[in-house]
Amino acid sequence: MATALADSAIMLRRNLKHMFRYPSMIAFMILMPVGFLLLFVYILGGTVGPGGQSGRAAYATFITPGIIALTMVAASTATAVSIASDMTGGIIARFRTMPIARVSMLAGHVGRGVIQTMLGVAGVTAVALLTGFRATASPVDWLAAAAILVLFAFALTWLSVALGLAAKTVEAASNLPTPLIILPFLGSGFVLTSSMPTAVRWFAEYQPFTPVINTLRGLLTGAPIGNNAVIAIAWSLAITVGSYLWARKLFSRDPAPS
Amino acid sequence: MSSPTPQAATVPTAIAVAGLRKSFGEHVVLNGIDLTVPQGTVFALLGPNGAGKTTMVQILSTLIHADRGEAALAGYDLNREPARVREVIGVTGQYSAVDELLTGRENLMLMAGLYHLGRPAAKARTETLLEQFDLTETAGKLVATYSGGMKRKLDLAMTLVSDPRIIFLDEPTTGLDPRSRRVMWQIVKDLTRSGVTVFLTTQYLEEADQLADQIALLDHGTLIAEGTPEELKRLTPGGHIRLRFTDVSTLGKALTVIARPGQADEEALTLEVPTSGSVPELRGILTRLDDHGVDVAELTVHTPDLDDVFLTLTGNEA
Repeated sequence: MATALADSAIMLRRNLKHMFRYPSMIAFMILMPVGFLLLFVYILGGTVGPGGQSGRAAYATFITPGIIALTMVAASTATAVSIASDMTGGIIARFRTMPIARVSMLAGHVGRGVIQTMLGVAGVTAVALLTGFRATASPVDWLAAAAILVLFAFALTWLSVALGLAAKTVEAASNLPTPLIILPFLGSGFVLTSSMPTAVRWFAEYQPFTPVINTLRGLLTGAPIGNNAVIAIAWSLAITVGSYLWARKLFSRDPAPS
Repeated sequence: MSSPTPQAATVPTAIAVAGLRKSFGEHVVLNGIDLTVPQGTVFALLGPNGAGKTTMVQILSTLIHADRGEAALAGYDLNREPARVREVIGVTGQYSAVDELLTGRENLMLMAGLYHLGRPAAKARTETLLEQFDLTETAGKLVATYSGGMKRKLDLAMTLVSDPRIIFLDEPTTGLDPRSRRVMWQIVKDLTRSGVTVFLTTQYLEEADQLADQIALLDHGTLIAEGTPEELKRLTPGGHIRLRFTDVSTLGKALTVIARPGQADEEALTLEVPTSGSVPELRGILTRLDDHGVDVAELTVHTPDLDDVFLTLTGNEA
């Protein structure tokens, strides 16, 4: 156990070095969510909005939690790509023939993924503030929001690690998490779910992004949270455990003959 | 009363393999391999592309599982104690296993960290290896900027961080320029002086000849011959001498004088005569030529090399 932690710390340091050597990766990662943010606030923000109670700033405030969720999806893609490209290189083969805890090879990527996600979220939140997003949150609310985000980022990162391992090529790894982009839209990210047709609404209310977005919105802007926080935590734990088991199974397979 | 003579101390076995089989789908890659490598020796697995060499290394280095068969490395069972096996081996694969986004020094420190050397020891080991492999000057540069030869050297240096007792080298010089190849050969030769066992694969017959104490020829998943380089060469009868003359008439005269079958090449003015390569036989031929006043401009003796062995045993070029 101590060895697994020590090995994971070393692997994390390796992955963070990669990340800081290519900071453009994070900039590139937040292009998509920032693009959506600007599109929604400046093109659509004047007319759409929760219940028509409009104003661009109000809409920016409403959708920022959804934009943050999109950022997490974009970060997942980055993680899936980085693990897939690591797998295709020879160094993972070397690690596999060394007496080190196997989980550390994945843990290094997960740690980097969570840190990268949170940096992306911070960047996107900064842009949202420029477009008119206003939070009413106290420092404790911010901390709670950060905690929920870290937990959900941890879940999505394990999922991306599994997807990156399942992908046969780096290109496939960059495509696999793409369908996740639809989830913040088919949830409470950009409009109230109560405005959706029944079938879509049912899906929107029961998928994992909705409780996360609602919790975030509650903490940052004072909207009611209800049981959303509990559901968000439950989803995060379930995704984490399921993805971890899947990733571990994929990783313990013999690597494909090269 | 004479006591029984003490038996010569037996050299411990570093690698023992029995009945190893591996298929990928329908394709049989290894079809029952048995071999033994004594400690402190260099074993070369020689074969053409696709013979199964890399698969063999991947199995013995715990990277992939065999379908059937047993293997022990430094006494540890490959199937039951892979973690123990990993502690005693070092692997340099065919594809460079270095982190291109780190510097050379960081790569070595990464290895040292994973072997839990402790910071001062890790630093010392890293600097020693950089020095030994002539990489100190570029140690601070990203590996992505290294040449192929430098990457190979760094790769091997990383393998040596843990002082492994058994080292696997999968085609260590493929793609290297001749100078880097010589450097790599010297490194391998130096390694064996410290009692390390080296298991290398190569498709270069010259390389196996240069480095190996024992060679096994792998072809289509089966070992078709095994022995020292000399033993293998003896399997092929076909050595010859090549005589060169100054003009066509001398060549023609020589052919009649030696009274043996020979292959004359009138373009190159050469005559190839099969011989066992023994000195009396050579002297006999030269004396006859001398007695008849035939001047030989040049004489070369061609002893059978491993190319001939491979050709004889498989009917294919290696």
